[in-house]
Amino acid sequence: MIWLTWRQLRGAATMTAILLVLLAAVLVPTGAQLAADYTGGLAACVRGEDCAGFYDQLFDDYEIPFLASILVVLVLPAMIGLFWGAPLITRELEADTHLLVWNQSITRTRWLVVKLGFTGLLAVAAAGVTGLAVTWWSGPLDQSAPGGFALMDPLVFGARGIAPLGYAAFAFALGVTVGMLVRRTLPAMALTLVVFAAVQLAMPMLVRPHLIPPVTSAFELGRENVGGFGINRDGTFDVRIEAAIPGHTGAWVLSSELVDPSGRTIATSGADGIVQGVSTTSGPCSPAAGPPTGCPAEVNRLGYRQKATYQPLERFWPLQWIETGVYVLLTAGLTWFCFRWIRRRIS
Amino acid sequence: MTSVLQAQGLGKRYGRRWALRECTADIPAGHVVGLVGPNGAGKTTLLKLAGGQLEPTTGGITVLGGRPGGTPAQLARVGFVAQDTPVYTGLTVAEHLRLGARLNPRWDAAMARERIARLGLDPTQRAGRLSGGQRAQLALTLGLAKRPELLILDEPVASLDPLARREFLQGLMEATVEHEFSVVLSSHLVSDLERICDYVIVLADSRVQVAGETERLLATHHRLTGPRRDPDRLPADQHVVSARHTDRQSTYVIRTDAPIHDPVWTVTRLSLEDLVLAYMDKPTTADRRAPLEVRR
Repeated sequence: MIWLTWRQLRGAATMTAILLVLLAAVLVPTGAQLAADYTGGLAACVRGEDCAGFYDQLFDDYEIPFLASILVVLVLPAMIGLFWGAPLITRELEADTHLLVWNQSITRTRWLVVKLGFTGLLAVAAAGVTGLAVTWWSGPLDQSAPGGFALMDPLVFGARGIAPLGYAAFAFALGVTVGMLVRRTLPAMALTLVVFAAVQLAMPMLVRPHLIPPVTSAFELGRENVGGFGINRDGTFDVRIEAAIPGHTGAWVLSSELVDPSGRTIATSGADGIVQGVSTTSGPCSPAAGPPTGCPAEVNRLGYRQKATYQPLERFWPLQWIETGVYVLLTAGLTWFCFRWIRRRIS
Repeated sequence: MTSVLQAQGLGKRYGRRWALRECTADIPAGHVVGLVGPNGAGKTTLLKLAGGQLEPTTGGITVLGGRPGGTPAQLARVGFVAQDTPVYTGLTVAEHLRLGARLNPRWDAAMARERIARLGLDPTQRAGRLSGGQRAQLALTLGLAKRPELLILDEPVASLDPLARREFLQGLMEATVEHEFSVVLSSHLVSDLERICDYVIVLADSRVQVAGETERLLATHHRLTGPRRDPDRLPADQHVVSARHTDRQSTYVIRTDAPIHDPVWTVTRLSLEDLVLAYMDKPTTADRRAPLEVRR
């Protein structure tokens, strides 16, 4: 049965293997170069001024391969679901060959065990190898990437560590299940893509923030979390709050708000909030005082704070494990359904 | 074990439609059984139930004394060639034989190879490029080399041209003589079965209409032609299968074990085709009810 499964998968597996080899051929030399650039540049900037400039330069240099590698890891599970999962059963049903194979001396349960197990393992291995290779490649950039592209940010998180294994297993099982229900390859592929995309969007937006209860706490305003100060024509003073947290570089900020001394929210991140009681004609926040280096202290003194809800960077691996676990459970549920369905409904 | 297939009140429903109803049959071993009936009569459903492809909605079925399809051992004893003889188009002929060898404990590799060679099939050819007749022969080879005790074939020759049809059935006949196994074969064409079947089951209107050895069925069925007469005036041991009346004349197909003495009738022998058609023609439940409602 393993021979037959392999024989049927051979074409698709060879194709995937070629693509993975090509990917490795790109990743290995550029990854070595990237690592060298990083250590070299870091040594230079530690001796000289601060490293922010170097980080920006490094990210600019590698931005396109960085984003492309993320795309590869995020798209691969969907491809596996579409091209390995959905046709696995429908192809047999459409050609009636299930009637041929189910009438050999092998129960259909065992047939499905081998088909799902063998193909699924290869699928997960392909996605896992790709995910880990890209995680290795982008190591230096993950240490230094700007906000929005950091390790914990939704786009990057799903393309690192062990999460792609879970995605691939789930996409494969989803494809098989949809195929069994729809019984025709093309509609099954389309439906698999839609459902998988929906799940992949729902996960970071609705589920992942709550896998571990996020931390909420108040922070003084400072250089990292303030985007800018402004003086309006009517003499009011406002502060723009950013989605960064002082002392928690790399944290995944779920919400960042400017709150007044009574705890009322006056602005969310990216928007200007009017701060009462700041003198715009004299003191550290007035234009006359030059660069507003003393201004944050003045706003803090008045009792204004940043209230942020976030997942700190230290939770990267716990979140990876929990999320992978969630996908493994979903996969197990779909697999259970497949076995039930093949015993009861399909002929 | 003298029965290859026993069914008791067997029924299968798809949604609200019954594909097979109250099917009771007992097919003795050692026959080539023809299952005849019009399209949609439930032939495929009955065969799939026997192969374990389907679970019955009501009643029970045993094949060779076991529950169909439940265990590898049971699967090994029953061969099944599905409708339109599906094969893997991407696999070569030789790979099909390898598939059979790997998935069947009793696989007869020598027989499979020899058969393929005799048919003149190229082992390196992909099954997708075979003609319909060659594909059917490949599927039959897979079914035969499994060395089953019962081989089920669902409309195996339906899509074949007359020559391929004859070759296929001839190959099947030769194999049954050589290896002594039972065969259940379905078709909607009696002419396919006439040559090879020694047992016939007529399935119509999702019910078994008649079943028995061909010889015996032909010996006990007669066509009576004579002046017009109502069916209740026939002797009690003559069961009417079908009746046709014109103004002056009646034609009955009847079943009886006793000889027919009434000199009014012209008695003719039926061909198997006539016999099957008479049962397919039998008024259905719905038809019988209709005139009653009109009278009310």
